[in-house]
Amino acid sequence: MADPKDIVVEFIKSKEKSKSKFYFNDLSALFPDMKMREAKKIINQLVADGVLEYWSSGSTTMYGLPGSGKQASAEGED
Amino acid sequence: MAKHATPLLDQLESGPWPSFVADIKEEAERRRKNEKNVEYQIPSDVCDDLLGILELSYKDGTTHWKHGGIVGVFGYGGGVIGRYCDQPQMFPGVAHFHTIRVAQPAGMYYTSDFLRQLCDIWDMRGSGLTNMHGATGDIVLLGTTTPQLEEIFFELTHNMNNDLGGSGSNLRTPASCLGESRCEWACYDAQELCYQLTMEYQDELHRPAFPYKFKFKFDGCPNGCVASIARSDMSFIGTWKDDIRIDQEAVAAYIGGELKPNGGAHSGKDWGAFDIQKEVIDLCPTECMWIEDGKLKINNRECTRCMHCLNVMPRALRIGNDRGLSILVGAKAPILDGAQMGSLLVPFIKVEEPYDEIKEIIEAIWEWWMEEGKNRERLGELIKRQGLAKAISAIGATPVPQHVMEPRHNPYIFWKEEDVPGGWQREIAEYRKHHQR
Repeated sequence: MADPKDIVVEFIKSKEKSKSKFYFNDLSALFPDMKMREAKKIINQLVADGVLEYWSSGSTTMYGLPGSGKQASAEGED
Repeated sequence: MAKHATPLLDQLESGPWPSFVADIKEEAERRRKNEKNVEYQIPSDVCDDLLGILELSYKDGTTHWKHGGIVGVFGYGGGVIGRYCDQPQMFPGVAHFHTIRVAQPAGMYYTSDFLRQLCDIWDMRGSGLTNMHGATGDIVLLGTTTPQLEEIFFELTHNMNNDLGGSGSNLRTPASCLGESRCEWACYDAQELCYQLTMEYQDELHRPAFPYKFKFKFDGCPNGCVASIARSDMSFIGTWKDDIRIDQEAVAAYIGGELKPNGGAHSGKDWGAFDIQKEVIDLCPTECMWIEDGKLKINNRECTRCMHCLNVMPRALRIGNDRGLSILVGAKAPILDGAQMGSLLVPFIKVEEPYDEIKEIIEAIWEWWMEEGKNRERLGELIKRQGLAKAISAIGATPVPQHVMEPRHNPYIFWKEEDVPGGWQREIAEYRKHHQR
């Protein structure tokens, strides 16, 4: 099996233009043969390694590449 | 002298009720004087600027907070809720105003030393404003800056042996009632189960991977002092299987007036003599009580554990001896369908260390919800969408009458092949013995 890091990063980059943050479901779907709680371990390891970053509204948590997806750039305020 | 004029907020203080505005002003004043010489690590005028930005929001009719972003300390995906102000030049004290959730002790027992330490940390490294306690039950520390987060976390964990609570799409800080520590109605050790499951599910608490939030609450008995049935995705409510224990002498003492009903709780007014028929028997929701030959009788098979009779006559009626808990799922899902109460999933389960049976049910439910739940869909909403039967089969149980709330309104029954004797195939010769072609 390919390195989970490559799978996740490649997926996120492929969506880069439309989305910068992802639900856990979007990422765990990349590992269809795995139980959800096993996929969780892999994805959390990627966070611990600094490959991914949490983003939270307080009620919902999402995942993205570190520093990506500033609202300002989406609204042309860079 | 206040930093900002706040006429709209001042008006809020005019009512007869306690005002959060008065509280914030008091703290602002205290920070200005700083009589204890605290080395404030965030702007000392944080409370003044909080009042200022609130006043501006009231004036503009819109919020000036930007919500979301950073979510915690290293290794944690929750516990901190990022909040930033969109007028940082006007209100520098609240440019950052992050909330920190801290796990409360089971049953909310504190030592004064613990509270003092907590307040000292928060005076120095935060705004000094707290919310004791948040709706989930945790300690909420309101307002600090990003550089203080790791410092606060270090002090909480190393000096106070405490931890951050939950926020975001994870298991939220579990909450329990006082349980066996003070209450004779507790049917299991709610604090112990709360603690053990908190320790077991640290990963779920701190590293978010659920479709949305998930709350556990533990009520020692059906009185439900933490209201788990109304506000937790999975509630654990103590119950018993055998009979209510009756002390007939004490029943007679209540009837005779020697013992005060409700532990004397309603003694502030003269309600007249205690009338067991009117105040207990006639109020039994399942009408399963009566007096026979001067003795109180209960048809325990009909009892739904409403607790009313036990509450009124605690010396005469006690919980049964064969105790455990019921698990209910799916309360509090206000987005889709309005608030809802939990549905019974497991009528009775023993509470025995190491709680493996309970953990199996929890994990089976999570597995199902993580697989089938949509993003931002609470467990209760998934149950509404797919049906309680799916939740029951997710834990490998078979439906029992207690799972049925009302006669079915859907006339279609879809059998599974394995549920039908002989499956979809039949013995045609046998059938033809009784039915012609």
